[in-house]
Amino acid sequence: MHQAAMLQADSLACERGGRLLFKALEFTLAPGTLLRVSGPNGAGKTSLLRILCGLARPAAGRVLWSGENAHALGEDYTRRLAYLGHLSAIKEDLTPRENLRFALRLSGLAPSAAALGEALARLGLAGREDVPARYLSQGQKRRAALARLALAQDLPLWILDEPLAALDSDAIETVVALVTAHLDAGGMTVLTTHQEVAFASASILHVVLAG
Amino acid sequence: MLSATLGIIERDLRLAFRRQGDVAQVLVFFVIVASLFPLGTGAEPSQLRAMGPGVVWVAALLAALLSLGRLFAADHADGSLEQLLLAAHPLAATVAGKTVAHWLTTGLPLTLLAPLLGVQYDLPAPALAALVASLALGTPVLSLIGAVGAALTLGARGAAVLLALLVLPLYVPVLVFGAGAVGAALIGLPHGAHLSLLGAFLVFSIVFAPWATCAALRIALD
Repeated sequence: MHQAAMLQADSLACERGGRLLFKALEFTLAPGTLLRVSGPNGAGKTSLLRILCGLARPAAGRVLWSGENAHALGEDYTRRLAYLGHLSAIKEDLTPRENLRFALRLSGLAPSAAALGEALARLGLAGREDVPARYLSQGQKRRAALARLALAQDLPLWILDEPLAALDSDAIETVVALVTAHLDAGGMTVLTTHQEVAFASASILHVVLAG
Repeated sequence: MLSATLGIIERDLRLAFRRQGDVAQVLVFFVIVASLFPLGTGAEPSQLRAMGPGVVWVAALLAALLSLGRLFAADHADGSLEQLLLAAHPLAATVAGKTVAHWLTTGLPLTLLAPLLGVQYDLPAPALAALVASLALGTPVLSLIGAVGAALTLGARGAAVLLALLVLPLYVPVLVFGAGAVGAALIGLPHGAHLSLLGAFLVFSIVFAPWATCAALRIALD
């Protein structure tokens, strides 16, 4: 039986340092849907995102991708997702262009040089493409990491941990536009943010972790 | 999968090229450790010849150990390791690439530099040849086993010391047969058996070490 791509949480529980952060968490994320995870600091937002992308194991429950256990799928699952963690994964010794090229290669994508430049320009890094990342500001490094999204529209699932932190209003607008375009094209996005931004998407799911 | 491995090798070599100081540190450490012994024991040629194989091998081993701390720690600190674990290709391909790049930036230069230090210990040509051959077979084992230790100690407090305590005992067989090969060549005995055993260690670690490294990395990031 063929099932459309979708992400399901099946009674997930997470324990950190002997404390139960959440339990019996259930949701189903269909194509074109945004899942917004909110809650106070320490409520387990990052832990939930790490569990969803397979970096951490839940204390109980399963993450299902199209009905199959994501953990067992291994690369068949990870090749479909773009994860942006708390840390930007930017190498200080490499330029934004090199960082972007290597990051995309990990996802099995090999865009042209022109496409790389365009993606960086979209995030406002025109003229900074070939400067070692250690000379960039925090916000600019975050933009370099986010440039990946401009070229990862074909990956069905985005999992973004605080993508809007350290960004100015222009960059926030760009990222919101990228996420909206991704959702409109039938993609799924899971994100956490403390910013009050409106996503012009019809289907938004909210998960509030109480802490 | 091969192209993924080559991609990782290219990335790590590029990073090493941007930080040439790190590679130079390891080589300078190697030269200094191997040069300290004659200063402490006196420069009697026959004595130097007798201890040369062991000293050069121990120095190479310590130099390789010195560079292991960086193998995964830098990627762990900036979040790159998470991305490597979530790549579209198997983690084993990434680990293989990182291990090969580590060997290319430490084991290989150490092997090429070793004959110079051998000359310092008055080793004859056959012993120098055995030294290069044994290091060429032995240093990849140091990188492979070292990667397991580096992954296991990732994020631990006092990781550098823990890594040494964990990895050095595992280096013992490589040291015994590596220095043994040079010692045998020095007194004109055949040393093919030593090299064959080093080759066997290499094959064994190629099969098992990446698998253990992958498992350790997944645990470290959980």
